[in-house]
Amino acid sequence: MNDFRLPLGSYVETFVEFITDTFGFIFDFIRAAFAGAYDGVQFLLGEPPFWAIMLVLGVLALGIRGWKFAVGSVLGLIIILGVDQWDYAMDTLALVLVASVLAIVLSVPLGILAAKSTLASNIIRPVLDFMQTMPAFVYLIPALLLFRVGVVPGIVATIIFAMAPGVRLTELGIRSVDKEVVEAGQAFGASPWRILRQIQLPLATPTIMAGINQVIMLSLSMVVISGLVGAGGLGAQVIASLNRIDIALGFEAGLAVVILAIFLDRITASLGSANSTGFIGGVRRALRARRVTDEPASSADTASVPEPARI
Amino acid sequence: MTESIHETIAVKADHLYKAFGRRPHEIVKKLKAGKSRAEISSLGVAAVIDASFEVKQGEIFVVMGLSGSGKSTLIRMLNGLWETTSGSVTVGGTDITRVSAKELRDVRRKSISMVFQHFALLPHRTVIDNVAYGLEIQGMNRADRLAKAQTIIDLVGLAGWADNLPSELSGGMQQRVGLGRALAADTDVLLMDEAFSALDPLIRREMQEQLIELQAALGKTIIFITHDLNEAMFLGDRIAVMRDGRIVQIGTPEEILTDPANDYVAQFVQDVDRARVLTAASVMEPVRAVITKTAGPRAALRTMRDLQTSVTFVLNRDRSFAGIVRDRDVLKLVKKGETDLRGIIRDDATAVLSETALVDLVEPSVESELPIAVVDEKNRLLGVIPRVTLLAAIGNVSTNTGALPVVMPPATISIRAITDILGDTVDDMPIDAEGVRA
Ligand SMILES: Nc1ncnc2c1ncn2[C@@H]1O[C@H](COP(=O)(O)OP(=O)(O)OP(=O)(O)O)[C@@H](O)[C@H]1O
Ligand SMILES: [Mg+2]
Repeated sequence: MNDFRLPLGSYVETFVEFITDTFGFIFDFIRAAFAGAYDGVQFLLGEPPFWAIMLVLGVLALGIRGWKFAVGSVLGLIIILGVDQWDYAMDTLALVLVASVLAIVLSVPLGILAAKSTLASNIIRPVLDFMQTMPAFVYLIPALLLFRVGVVPGIVATIIFAMAPGVRLTELGIRSVDKEVVEAGQAFGASPWRILRQIQLPLATPTIMAGINQVIMLSLSMVVISGLVGAGGLGAQVIASLNRIDIALGFEAGLAVVILAIFLDRITASLGSANSTGFIGGVRRALRARRVTDEPASSADTASVPEPARI
Repeated sequence: MTESIHETIAVKADHLYKAFGRRPHEIVKKLKAGKSRAEISSLGVAAVIDASFEVKQGEIFVVMGLSGSGKSTLIRMLNGLWETTSGSVTVGGTDITRVSAKELRDVRRKSISMVFQHFALLPHRTVIDNVAYGLEIQGMNRADRLAKAQTIIDLVGLAGWADNLPSELSGGMQQRVGLGRALAADTDVLLMDEAFSALDPLIRREMQEQLIELQAALGKTIIFITHDLNEAMFLGDRIAVMRDGRIVQIGTPEEILTDPANDYVAQFVQDVDRARVLTAASVMEPVRAVITKTAGPRAALRTMRDLQTSVTFVLNRDRSFAGIVRDRDVLKLVKKGETDLRGIIRDDATAVLSETALVDLVEPSVESELPIAVVDEKNRLLGVIPRVTLLAAIGNVSTNTGALPVVMPPATISIRAITDILGDTVDDMPIDAEGVRA
């Protein structure tokens, strides 16, 4: 070995130390805020009896995808309960929800910014590449230093790891809205903000929802890693089973993660597609159909007037 | 056509350039220095080169050219969707190349709307919400704008489709939604980029006619883009012909047809359906065989003998068109010694207004061997169109090479016979055998 050595690692170390010392108060604030959010959600999910949660999630599944999925979801939840992972699963669900919501709140506006400005896009893209490819464990170290052991470093590492697809797909969605449709908005004098709100975001919604789906899935995949820094939940169970070489526990905790993953994936996937098959989609279609037939003047004469020929 | 147009300038383009490439300004500088479009092609594309024109209030101004000639680029600069690389655009007195983004939005809201080549409807909104879009941006409340949009939907023939999504409509119907959206915005100026290209020929014709009616009723200024020559000729008060980014000629349809600026335009207009563009006035010939009603049968006969025809046109005192007389009838009168022509004037010659399209002259021309009389609104005889002339004009055969052999039905009575009857008596009846072209 020669003497050439880039001391990149120690630079980063010094940098993180510097940040911890100088901006400690900021991180304390973030820590308190995240912990508060987590505690709130965890209280909502963990405090009520299991059947109440099952009922709520079951109704949600019914509303979004229909009765088959509702039955499947409730069965899955019963399995989680049956293998005695209920409380851990609720902790994990709370962590995933908080981290995903924060990641979405950060990534969608960033994606919009990147879509609107090529400069922003050129800056954001490599940063995202870096964040996504750096092994997730690495985030844990500064996160631990900055936020100390507990659920918060888990949330932070999860956010950083899971954000990228949210930004990317938001940018992609907005950029791939038909240019002429955007021009139509401009041609009639709409402001950029209005075009974003009325044209670009609605038309990009399926792509953005695909991004959000990805964010949630990646958050869930971070569960075990978060368990390493004391985030609790199913992640901690998996780590414990690893330490004890406890196949039974490992399988049961792992299965609970899979069930949660399927549930969240299906729910968010169908939110993305415009005509969901479930109850809500049905209501939406019914409303539209009614508006068509309610048309007072034209409903009477559409029957008599021949329809214009389809060209 | 042109009389109804106010002389106010609605849209003015002043030396417009648009170049695409890394350094558009450099391209324009080279073009201004005299380089050709091909010479700068390594730097980028010059889509529009030095376009200048004025569109008057209430005019239908058509921009015509082959695919890629820069029509869409030009029209996009007229409402500021694309910035000009050089030059200025004035809409209703505002130079839109020099205003802030907010002022530009104001101009677009109030003065200029657009129909897009590929419709550009908002796919997530129903037909009625699409049509009402411009009004929504203008800040009209929901009830009012839906009411107005409904009337426009009926106008463009989409009654009953108001609550469908655009994806549920055929291409032609979608284009009518696009047209409705622009009409509903009720701006003075309408930009239409190949608005009818997606329609099948029948509907297309109907829409063209509707557009002209609309324009007449609402007095809109319309800038219409097309690559279809017949459409351009049918719609345009004036036409600008574009080639490779440049405007090569601006003129009325007839000017472009009859006096093309260069070989390119001439070739371009070669295939035009001339029968629909050319009017009676542009092909008619001076009337030679014509007399006034009071001239009497002898004068009529003499005229016909001199011109060797069997028919002459008869005018009233105020020079309005009265009808024709035939040689046989006149001959009888002269033999009987009567002096009043009125009893034998026939009305079997067709009289048409000077702005009638040639296509509408074909039928009368086929039905009768008589030339068609061309009159103005006051029924004054301006000229005649014999069948040969009509055929020559439609077939684009030059008629300038000497007189056509037969312009009037040939005499059916021999000159000798007529001369014998007229005798050698000198009758000083006034003879009006001159052309009465206005
Ligand atoms: N955004 C762009 N970037 C680069 N070149 C462009 C761009 N838009 C148009 N061009 C070029 O400018 C030229 C004119 O294009 P334009 O769309 O104005 O033609 P057009 O007359 O409307 O044709 P069409 O009848 O096919 O619609 C073409 O050569 C085209 O390749
Ligand atoms: Mg075009």
